[in-house]
Amino acid sequence: MPRANPGCALTADDLERPDPEALLKQAQAEERRKRRGELRIFLGLAAGVGKTYTTLEAAREQLAAGRDVVVAYVETHGRAETAALLAGLPVIPRRRLDYRGVALDEMDLDAVLSRRPGLAIVDELAHTNAPGSRHTRRFQDVEELLDAGIDVYTTLNIQHVESLNDVVAQITGIVVRETVPDRVLEEADEVILIDLPPDELIQRLHEGKVYVPDQATHAIEKFFRPGNLTALRELSLRYLAQRVDRQMRTYMGAHGIPGPWPAGERVLVCLGPGPLAEHLVRAGRRLAASLDAEWIALFIETPDHSRLSESEREHIARALHLAEELGARAETLTGISPPQEIVRYARAHNVTKILAGASLRPRWERLLRGSLVEWIIRHSENMDVYIISTPVGTPRPVATSQDQHPASLWPYLVSTSIVALVTILGFLIHGRLEPTNLTMLFLLAVVIVALQWGRGPAILAAALSVAAFDFFFVPPRFTMAVSDTQYLLTFAGLLVVGLVISALASRVREQVRAAHEREASTAALYALSRDLAAASGVPGIPEAVARHVTSVFGRHVAIFLPVGDTLDVAFQSGDFPLDTNERAVATWVFQHGEPAGRGTETLPGSSARYLPLKTAQGIRGVLGVRPADPGDPALSPEQRRLLEAFASQAALAIERAQLAAEARHVQVLQETERLQTALLNSISHDLRTPLASITGALSSLAQDGGSMDEPSRRELLDTAKDGAVRLNRLVGDLLDMTRLEGGALRLRKEPSDVQDLIGTALTQLGETISGRPIEIDIPPGLPFVPLDFVLISRVLVNLLDNAVKYSPPDSPITIRARAVGPNLEIEVADRGPGIPESDIPRLFDMFSRGRRSAHGGVGLGLAICRGFVEAHAGEIRAENRPEGGLGIAFTIPLNGEGPRQSGGADERAGSSHPGNR
Amino acid sequence: MSEQGLRILVIDDEQAIRRFLRVALSAQGHKVVEAETGADGLTAAGTSRPDVIILDLSLPDVDGIEVLRRLREWTATPVIVLSVRGQEEDKVAALDAGADDYVTKPFTIGELLARIRVALRHATRQTDEPVFSTGDLAVDLARRLVTVAGEEVPLTPTEYDLLKALVTYAGKVLTHHQLLTQVWGAAYQRERHLLQVNISNLRRKLERDPARPQYILTEAGVGYRLRVGT
Repeated sequence: MPRANPGCALTADDLERPDPEALLKQAQAEERRKRRGELRIFLGLAAGVGKTYTTLEAAREQLAAGRDVVVAYVETHGRAETAALLAGLPVIPRRRLDYRGVALDEMDLDAVLSRRPGLAIVDELAHTNAPGSRHTRRFQDVEELLDAGIDVYTTLNIQHVESLNDVVAQITGIVVRETVPDRVLEEADEVILIDLPPDELIQRLHEGKVYVPDQATHAIEKFFRPGNLTALRELSLRYLAQRVDRQMRTYMGAHGIPGPWPAGERVLVCLGPGPLAEHLVRAGRRLAASLDAEWIALFIETPDHSRLSESEREHIARALHLAEELGARAETLTGISPPQEIVRYARAHNVTKILAGASLRPRWERLLRGSLVEWIIRHSENMDVYIISTPVGTPRPVATSQDQHPASLWPYLVSTSIVALVTILGFLIHGRLEPTNLTMLFLLAVVIVALQWGRGPAILAAALSVAAFDFFFVPPRFTMAVSDTQYLLTFAGLLVVGLVISALASRVREQVRAAHEREASTAALYALSRDLAAASGVPGIPEAVARHVTSVFGRHVAIFLPVGDTLDVAFQSGDFPLDTNERAVATWVFQHGEPAGRGTETLPGSSARYLPLKTAQGIRGVLGVRPADPGDPALSPEQRRLLEAFASQAALAIERAQLAAEARHVQVLQETERLQTALLNSISHDLRTPLASITGALSSLAQDGGSMDEPSRRELLDTAKDGAVRLNRLVGDLLDMTRLEGGALRLRKEPSDVQDLIGTALTQLGETISGRPIEIDIPPGLPFVPLDFVLISRVLVNLLDNAVKYSPPDSPITIRARAVGPNLEIEVADRGPGIPESDIPRLFDMFSRGRRSAHGGVGLGLAICRGFVEAHAGEIRAENRPEGGLGIAFTIPLNGEGPRQSGGADERAGSSHPGNR
Repeated sequence: MSEQGLRILVIDDEQAIRRFLRVALSAQGHKVVEAETGADGLTAAGTSRPDVIILDLSLPDVDGIEVLRRLREWTATPVIVLSVRGQEEDKVAALDAGADDYVTKPFTIGELLARIRVALRHATRQTDEPVFSTGDLAVDLARRLVTVAGEEVPLTPTEYDLLKALVTYAGKVLTHHQLLTQVWGAAYQRERHLLQVNISNLRRKLERDPARPQYILTEAGVGYRLRVGT
């Protein structure tokens, strides 16, 4: 556990402290397990060891212990002992499916899910479900039960474990088709080995205690040989020992026990297009598991790849998929030279072990072109290289040189004609040139053919050229015979150069084509991500994704996003039927995060393929893709990969948009919270201060025994009265604000006399304003303005009160009313110090105490003014006046309804009428 | 004045208000009768024969305006209404229903006493003198002569009628409704701008600074009042 800890020596304690990452991993695994049901697998080396029997015994114990146990599926194979154990256990009836006239019984998954038992018994984990079931495999059913929090006891034979599949095939000679991914076993909470010595098992077979299908008697006899069984037993014991070993290491890691720590091994499995790929993946899995190492399956896609047949490409796709299933990271890189790419990748990723398959190429080809394996060994320096040999019975690779395009005769005809043309040309200039130089013309023809029509026609051209040259130009002419043996060298040269050039030219052509294809998918992805980046918020994304998927794959698209607890269609293109079935598949995909529907192993009967929009954080939605015509060919592996890339781009974009929206929401909440805190602080301060002065003054008076003189009593009484007045104003402000905020404000507009309005406000202020010189400027002929007299007089009172508070005593206050454009504008200005420019924009916000907070006050006054003015479709603004002091002006539309715009400050130059004093 | 030793009925459900009024009014030499609900108030108005009634508009049992309406069915005893700010409509409704005046909570005892004084004066018809004067303003109702600081002010007939209505109820608030009915007639109740224009004209003719009127005061959202005793 090396740690960058400069200046501080590592202590022994440091070294033995549990590795935090290991702890985290364990905690996460435990967390996952807490939510999931517990899985217990009874593992046997072969049929007949008594797995079902033991499972049922365990189930009965659990039932006796008071647990809610049901038998979801058990096959007794008509054996009395097993059937006897079954008696008394609640059994969920099986579901009968009719498949082509044959009735097939399967576990009724939905019945079990809706019954929600504590523990379900599900026999034969490796079973393949009948067509028409939700999942193709039973282990998928079991996973769904576990996800639903139901514990499961199940049975499995060792030959069905995916990573052991080919080993078992080597031992027994029988290839098992039904395999269970290792992940299922690894995530199981308990794996219990049901062990039985081979002799006893054979004994049981002979006693008829092992279920044998009638038609397979002979095969079974062959299978149950002591050698086979011993090997399978060893395999089972070793598999379990490895599991126990891993558990031990996990335990030691968690408890800080020093021990043989995994040295950070990393295994790289190099896949090729051959049938060896899946074999290699399994071998890699075994190696990685035994080392507890991370592992990577790597496929280098060369330009030649495009020449591979559909089935070969399918091989690769399957191997990569299998690797992912088995826990590897599957990667595909492009490059010209696979060994170079492999070594470069291995170095960049600190790979310690490289696994490659032994070459299946003929020896001469290896000598000629070099072996991949040898190159890797030479350049891999510190890495161990493991070579996996070909398992017996693997077909040799067939020559893959034919173009996969249907061979057309046309290029060959053209090729022949060109050679003929050159021959004719040769006749014309024959005699003027040495025959040897004529070969140059033929060479030219081969190059042209190679560049234009590829390898096949080029080879034909080369061969025809040699023949034509020999026949027509090499003496003795018009025979195939050659008099001068020197010409043999010319022939060989012509042929070899022709072949080499044709190979090179055709490779160039294919590289160009591969580059085009790659370019096209990169461009498609780029275009998508560009549109996604431009899409504003979650709503725009589905449409963008659908548009791109439709244009690239020619498929109909539906995109589902979660809304609350349900999955809603966010976008739907073309003819995409969304009946309950399709929705159910989409919902299943959303809940399980696995693709399903058409072309997958889950619910393949659906008309569309559904992909989860999955990110590291979770599943953001579901993408449904449906061919325009049910008969359309399925997506190629490359297209599927591109589609998956689309899905993950879309998922990321949706996640990003959702996170952004959440962040905004949080910000608004925080802002609201901040405001509320400010309000509470402010209000509690403003309420308590006058209350304190009132309480203080009154309690002093109450306690006075007559010693207080009259002026002091007077002062105390004035204090109490001032406090009450202040409280009254604050309460009034709060009520106004509440009405404004609550939207309960009703305007009672009446045509009003502005002069009357100003006069009323001044009268209301009474004492406050007495002694202040007030300059009033109202032009004569100002029309009556429809407004709520009470509210606007309150605005004026607030503004005047403010002006009085924030300017020196005896300094004049100016009130000016004018018609500015379509609006009435009233300005109240003082001769005080003004306010900093930076505070102006927030002056009318609630609780901005704006200037001069020494005066106290919640700062509601101006916010109320703005509220009342804006309710009149007017505007209010403040500015420091050039001549000093702050001016606050508000506008009210003269016609009562009016646009909200007001005249700008420029219109101040308008005529100013002398006041009417 | 006959303002000493009045019998005052206070109808208010707030104990604190009743207590404050009892103490303050008793100190002025008045006798206070208290009622907590509208029903009690109506009974008390009948049994104790008060000179003035102080009525809170928000009562627990009956709406204050309803109490007022029932009082007005049989008595012309002056009623001063207690209201809170923002209840302009209620004030107008109360005044139109026959209340003599209103005081907005919170109020000082001085305001309340002034309102009581004005209300009693009207109730006892003390304004029958032919010449009314306040400040520099003098109105000779017999000669239809209006002077400011001794100088005659020419008024249009409507302006004069309006001023006369204000003078008749000097010190008392008159709602827009009441003024329009009195000066123009019941058909003009909604012609608020007629009132506004004439008030504005009157102010221009009578007030020294029409923007800061001394005589004709606006009660925002309610009506107008002619100031007295300046």
